[in-house]
Amino acid sequence: MALSVEDVARLSDLARIDLSPQELEHLAPQLEVILEAVARVSELDTEGVEPTSHPLPLRNVFRPDVVQPSLTNAEALAMAPVAEDERFRVPRILGEEQ
Amino acid sequence: MSETLVDYDTAVAQWDPVMGLEVHVELNTASKMFCGCSTAFGAAPNTNVCPVCLGLPGAMPTVNAKAIESAIRIGLALNCSIAPWCRFARKNYFYPDMPKNYQISQYDEPIAHDGWLDVEVDGETFRIEIERAHMEEDTGKSTHVGGATGRIHGADYSLLDFNRAGVPLIEIVTRPIVGAGERAPQIARAYVAALRDLIKALGVSEARMEQGNLRCDVNVSLRPSPEHELGTRTETKNVNSLRSVEGSVRYEISRQAAVLDDGQAVHQETRMWQESTGITTPGRSKETAEDYRYFPEPDLVPIAPDADWVERLRATLPEPPAQRLRRLQKEWGFTDAELRDVVNAEATGLIEETVAEGCSPAAARKWWLTELARRANEAGTELSELGMRPKAVADIQQLVEAGTINDKLARQVIDGVLAGEGTPAEVVAARGLAVVSDDGALSHAVDAAIGNNPAVADKIRAGRVQAAGALIGDVMKQLGGKADAAKVRELILTKLGPGA
Amino acid sequence: MTEILRAAATDLAAAIAAGELSSVEVTRAHLDRIAEVDDRVHAFLHVDTEGALAQAAAVDADRAAGKELGPLAGVPLALKDVLTQRGVPTTAGSKMLEGYLPPYDATVVSRLREAGIVILGKTNMDEFAMGSSTENSAYGPTHNPWDLDRTPGGSGGGSAAALAAFEAPLAIGTDTGGSIRQPAAVTGTVGVKPTYGGVSRYGLIALASSLDQVGPCARNVLDAALLHRVIAGHDPRDSTSAAAAVPDVVGAARHGDVRGMRIGVIRELGGEGYLPAVEQAFHDTVELLSAQGAEVVEVSCPSFDHALSAYYLILPAEASSNLSRFDAMRYGLRVGDDGEHSAEQVMNATRGAGFGAEVKRRIMIGTYALSAGYYDAYYGTAQKVRTLIIRDFDAAFEQVDVLVSPTTPTTAFRLGERVDDPLAMYKYDLCTLPTNLAGNAAGSFPVGLADGLPIGFQVIAPPLADERIYRVGAVLERELRAQWGGPLLDRVPALNGKQEQR
Ligand SMILES: [Mg+2]
Ligand SMILES: [Zn+2]
Repeated sequence: MALSVEDVARLSDLARIDLSPQELEHLAPQLEVILEAVARVSELDTEGVEPTSHPLPLRNVFRPDVVQPSLTNAEALAMAPVAEDERFRVPRILGEEQ
Repeated sequence: MSETLVDYDTAVAQWDPVMGLEVHVELNTASKMFCGCSTAFGAAPNTNVCPVCLGLPGAMPTVNAKAIESAIRIGLALNCSIAPWCRFARKNYFYPDMPKNYQISQYDEPIAHDGWLDVEVDGETFRIEIERAHMEEDTGKSTHVGGATGRIHGADYSLLDFNRAGVPLIEIVTRPIVGAGERAPQIARAYVAALRDLIKALGVSEARMEQGNLRCDVNVSLRPSPEHELGTRTETKNVNSLRSVEGSVRYEISRQAAVLDDGQAVHQETRMWQESTGITTPGRSKETAEDYRYFPEPDLVPIAPDADWVERLRATLPEPPAQRLRRLQKEWGFTDAELRDVVNAEATGLIEETVAEGCSPAAARKWWLTELARRANEAGTELSELGMRPKAVADIQQLVEAGTINDKLARQVIDGVLAGEGTPAEVVAARGLAVVSDDGALSHAVDAAIGNNPAVADKIRAGRVQAAGALIGDVMKQLGGKADAAKVRELILTKLGPGA
Repeated sequence: MTEILRAAATDLAAAIAAGELSSVEVTRAHLDRIAEVDDRVHAFLHVDTEGALAQAAAVDADRAAGKELGPLAGVPLALKDVLTQRGVPTTAGSKMLEGYLPPYDATVVSRLREAGIVILGKTNMDEFAMGSSTENSAYGPTHNPWDLDRTPGGSGGGSAAALAAFEAPLAIGTDTGGSIRQPAAVTGTVGVKPTYGGVSRYGLIALASSLDQVGPCARNVLDAALLHRVIAGHDPRDSTSAAAAVPDVVGAARHGDVRGMRIGVIRELGGEGYLPAVEQAFHDTVELLSAQGAEVVEVSCPSFDHALSAYYLILPAEASSNLSRFDAMRYGLRVGDDGEHSAEQVMNATRGAGFGAEVKRRIMIGTYALSAGYYDAYYGTAQKVRTLIIRDFDAAFEQVDVLVSPTTPTTAFRLGERVDDPLAMYKYDLCTLPTNLAGNAAGSFPVGLADGLPIGFQVIAPPLADERIYRVGAVLERELRAQWGGPLLDRVPALNGKQEQR
């Protein structure tokens, strides 16, 4: 598998990380080496093997529908980079909601 | 921004529309889907928030049992199979109002799948197939500040309130709806209305579209004929009323037909419904296709509802919609045509409640389908969202039957109730709307009417009783409409009739 | 003073309970020690002097009031900076969270407080626990007290170094692929990764949710077991937390005994790439256990050869999603908010500036592994390999009670030696990560030195049988101390104090 600088740029877009051209150049071969190594998972015969996404065989873990105390507005906003009018202030949002 | 359209009838004569509807239902649980914060509306911004629903580092979700029950009940009511085992998945995408930048949702393992809902359109039953119903969480709310309109485009910055973030949602997705033909807009609307009534009957949501409890995404595509493969679809968002459901389907059919007639291809895109102008506009085009990178939510464990639990929940379901309709028709004694009008006006539930308040079915039907339907239409809103409570309609009818008001005055009473002036009785008192039933005053007015219309009086004396209407009108005019018409007629005939 | 610093936590707690020492005295002694040596070790990112002394005073007040104290009450502890502590800076070793003050306590922190354990401060770590050397910390590396030019392992190098430098008698670590055990091995300390779900993850800043586990770090086996008991147990806030009762780890630590125990040596964990001295120490230790009455057999876990590949797909995949929340909107670093740039651009700029190289690498790998078209080949297949690894463990545990291996293939490496060779760095966790994939328990115990650097011995138990680790550990500790004439840590070079240095 060859991972081009353009591939890495596309990934960084998806991951929302700005990378400088130098970083892209540096990362592409590193990622390629890692991906080649991890691609070894496909060497094993996994035909008919169930995937494990979780080590414990737990199921049906629920919480009763009971209201618990929330944070205060001040606590919620205490760590906000910028707050205004009891809300988190963020740069203008482009594009519609999903 | 308006685009070329083809006349609707021409469009559906040439093209076969296929629809898909995705409805998000906001559940009415006390606490959120994955944390104990209240779901109550109207709280001050960012006061129903905690480390979990703010996506703070280290916080972990826990599943609300009531939300699972509601999801299963919705699934059962939609004739779905309930998955014996399913999981939550993470849907990864970045958006400022989504705290974790992934939504906990369900992907290839929905809790309910493969069901159907029958809807009635013009007395015919149309079966909508349900692909799936799955659980997920709502996002926060952003307010766009600055710019000309306060809308997202041109804003200077945005303010985020996470009180709604994490409120439980059930997303119900239909299979492609084929065979609707020219009735596609009506069928779409009827489906959403039926779904809303069902959700309401289940008691799992307030199901009020104007409050955003029920939100709809509408997919539409066209193909030359039912034999052809499905065409390219558009997905229209922000469709938040029954009228908009109908309007957006109709608009997209006309718009896409114009594109196709022009030899162009329909773009697969997300569009936004514009309530004020009744059109859809293109959303922001994305350079790359969205890649949500779904994977099983590792912070939560699988859900495996056992059969006993599912059966216990099944026992709590309300009467199926079709069965309910037949029962009501029988109870009310409506003809098929009458019932069809009621269903088309989406007034079944309203009439049922009005009857429960002591009104006769016929009177209830009359008020809702004439006076109130007209007002809803004028106001551009749904009958159910007009603000008239069934109890008030029953009260008005009772006032009419008691002779306190007549039909004409009743209209003014309705105005008063809708203007928030109180109960019908309070409006009657405050506006002085009771009919004049004092015999002396009526008799005086009838005498004056006879004097004003000698020719008419002569006709009545000559036995043409039907001419009395003109005199009644005169009396009404004198008394500002506040007269009991039957009584006036009786007086006129007493004074001029054969026995006089 | 020196006595306080070198004492076992158990003994300190006993002295505090008996009124022979106050918790404030003990706490102050450790704070002084930190002030004296931490400029060279750099185990701590934040020292909470006031908070620690207040907690200590509260324990002393409780004692004075005649309240019964827990077996570790009044003893200071170093907390890995990946656990949230209300009002105390919590960074996970990242610039992204510089100055961040959580509004809530992790469940583990609440339990430490309830037990009267005094939290001295937050320890250094690889950024978001991604690393095997603590060199990926945005705040500079931690130095191994055995040789300040070497790494203390990672990601929990700060916690392990704090123990080896006598800055704290207890510490908390987290282990996603070996981040408790591997630093323990290279610093000559004890570290245990409990069974997945054994300790609550609520308030643990997630790296890989299905692999992460919080665990105890200490200088001896009993202290580790006591700390294990304090933090373990079901937590309704963590849906993945086990409902089962906490295994009797303290009893096992007190009564180390391997007579009749079947011990399996994992064939795949050894040989090429392993330092001969490490292999030698491992074989000597196995002999010792055999001499103590254990029955030793060799077992094979063939899928382990693919564990590293599976691990470096599953971890980055989960991490890429877990770290999405660091987006400059609600907390943490914000870069490029000049009124012109959009929220999307500010997110991009902040994540570009706030994440270090290793974090970026893993987020990119994870994003790739989950993306459409690659999911089945990468993430999906890795999850199947995980099943095969669990089967290997299951088969092995049908034959034996515990499995053993070296904890790390080599002793501590030099700072800077592997920073730009990710794959070499990853291989350092070869022996430890299979248990994270399978979810079972494992611990590391010091078993010797090679060229003056500690060597660790790993004991692996089936899920929820954590006590077996302590049974073996206690025997090793007893027998090796007898051989050495005292704890291995007695041999750690003195970190000369500032005054003496002059
Ligand atoms: Mg959805
Ligand atoms: Zn919350």
